[in-house]
Amino acid sequence: MIALRGIERRFVVGDQVVHALRGVDLDVAAGEYVSLMGPSGSGKSTLLHLLGLLDRPSAGTYSLEGNDVTGLDDAALARVRRERIGFVFQFFHLVPYLTATENVELPLVLSGLAPSERRERVAAALASLGLADRSEHRPDQLSGGQRQRVAIARAMIASPALLLADEPTGNLDRSSGNEVIRLLEDLHEKRGLTLVLVTHDPEMGRRARRQIRMVDGLIHDETMAVAG
Amino acid sequence: MRALDLPRVAARALARHPARSGLLLLAMSIGVAAVVILTSLGDAARRYVTGEFASLGTHLIIVTPGRTETAGRGPSMFAGETPRDLTLGDAAALRRSTLLQEIAPVIMGEAIAAWGGLEREVPVLGTTAELIDVRGWKMAQGRFLPPGDPERDPGVCIIGAEVRKELFGPRRALGEWLEIGDRRCRVTGILADEGRSIGLDVEKLVVLPVAAAQALFDTHSLFQILINAKSHEVMPPASDEIRKILRERHQGEEDVTVVTQDALLATFDRILRALTWTVGGIAAISLLVAGILIMNVMLVSVSQRTAEIGLLKALGAPRGEILRLFLVEATGLSLAGAAAGLVLAVLAEIAIVRIYPVLPMAMPLWAVAAALGTALVVGLVFGVLPARRAADLDPVAALSHH
Repeated sequence: MIALRGIERRFVVGDQVVHALRGVDLDVAAGEYVSLMGPSGSGKSTLLHLLGLLDRPSAGTYSLEGNDVTGLDDAALARVRRERIGFVFQFFHLVPYLTATENVELPLVLSGLAPSERRERVAAALASLGLADRSEHRPDQLSGGQRQRVAIARAMIASPALLLADEPTGNLDRSSGNEVIRLLEDLHEKRGLTLVLVTHDPEMGRRARRQIRMVDGLIHDETMAVAG
Repeated sequence: MRALDLPRVAARALARHPARSGLLLLAMSIGVAAVVILTSLGDAARRYVTGEFASLGTHLIIVTPGRTETAGRGPSMFAGETPRDLTLGDAAALRRSTLLQEIAPVIMGEAIAAWGGLEREVPVLGTTAELIDVRGWKMAQGRFLPPGDPERDPGVCIIGAEVRKELFGPRRALGEWLEIGDRRCRVTGILADEGRSIGLDVEKLVVLPVAAAQALFDTHSLFQILINAKSHEVMPPASDEIRKILRERHQGEEDVTVVTQDALLATFDRILRALTWTVGGIAAISLLVAGILIMNVMLVSVSQRTAEIGLLKALGAPRGEILRLFLVEATGLSLAGAAAGLVLAVLAEIAIVRIYPVLPMAMPLWAVAAALGTALVVGLVFGVLPARRAADLDPVAALSHH
């Protein structure tokens, strides 16, 4: 599914060069559940952005589902994001003036689906996440947990193969956080979704079968949880 | 994104700030309304003036003393700098030409008209019987000047409707003896109320035989000779012939100006067209200002919606899509403003026509098209910078923007 080879990412800050990633090699098989942990500045968010094609590596190659995506142009990258990748963010990133339905509908609008088909799929997605009665609410009329569930519905609406979650519970209380994480795990299990979760909460990270710890722009160690 | 989704999404974004969008709409609509109203006004003035000229008749040739290079300057402007007078003899000599239908010498002046103890200062026009055909006037009562030798004064006069009313009131004016300055004349005709006719208020006029006017103003020189050519086609050769005849009489010097009505009309048309373009251009500055307002607000909007733009990119919107979305917002705003401006302009024109019914107001189609076109261009041009800024945002940085 994912194959990273010698990935580096350098930023120029003022007259200094910051190495956010210093040569990362990583393989993730389809249907895996991976957590990325590490202190802030360790490069886990940068790695997630690279995996999500929001950022380009300074060196190295990235192959996604067997295709080298390192050299793709903006339009091709956008297409891969649209069709294969879903994002869930810490701050939800719902469009404030759109209803839950319209927010979930956005990826389908971008891919040019017919309005009738869009409405049907969005209604089904919202219903399956228990949000049917919230479909015409705007984000400011929803609780944090509900917002993140709308964001998950949006991430899943185009049926991606890879779901990237950046601190998805970081802005939620414990019970809605647990609810959200169970929802993500449920999607991973039932749909065979590849799930990559960035977190600095060790308890959350330990739930994943494969746990990767990053330090200073490198993969420090990996733990495979015992199945069960 | 589907073609129909673009404006829908843009409209949702604009509807989020109704006051801001509404004010921009207002600015744009004022600009468009100003352009359309001012150009329609200019156009109406042009058609009013040229229409008035056309009512003089289409075969008219005006001969004035003095030479001027530009055809079409007002004849009275250089009446004072005459090197040689235009005389009744000149007018008579023009009869040699077979291309001319009617020839009417004209003398203008002011005098006191008095009857029965009432007096009034009136413009006096001295001419011959042919003038009525040249100018196409109608008689309300009686007859116009009798034909005959222009050098003789038959002692009659023709008065305008207002002169009749003010001096004679309800009494019969025909056949009465009117005093004009130190002369007396018998009223034999009353001009029909024909309204205005370029620089001459027919209602206020007293018309004397040219010989009487010469005596009254103690002059032999004519103000102008008004001529009707036989047809519209012969006007150029007729003008040449007039010049030739008068040159022969004036010792080979061409010291008269021959203006055809066409030339006058064309000149007025040109001047007023230029005027229309000028006021339209000045009004267009407000469109420019509206455009800059749109750019400003769109820039603010892009920076406020940075995170939203980052999200759209993460969801798979390519650069071109973001660009289009913001361009559609900008042009949508300016086009909606233009539409509102057109409505405003239509209302204003209805009001203007109520107040000045004589103005042939009509919204020129080209002005409507130009206003809409300019609004579109303004939206595009001033939308490009903000749209590019949005499209070029780095998605990672944009997403972390709060």
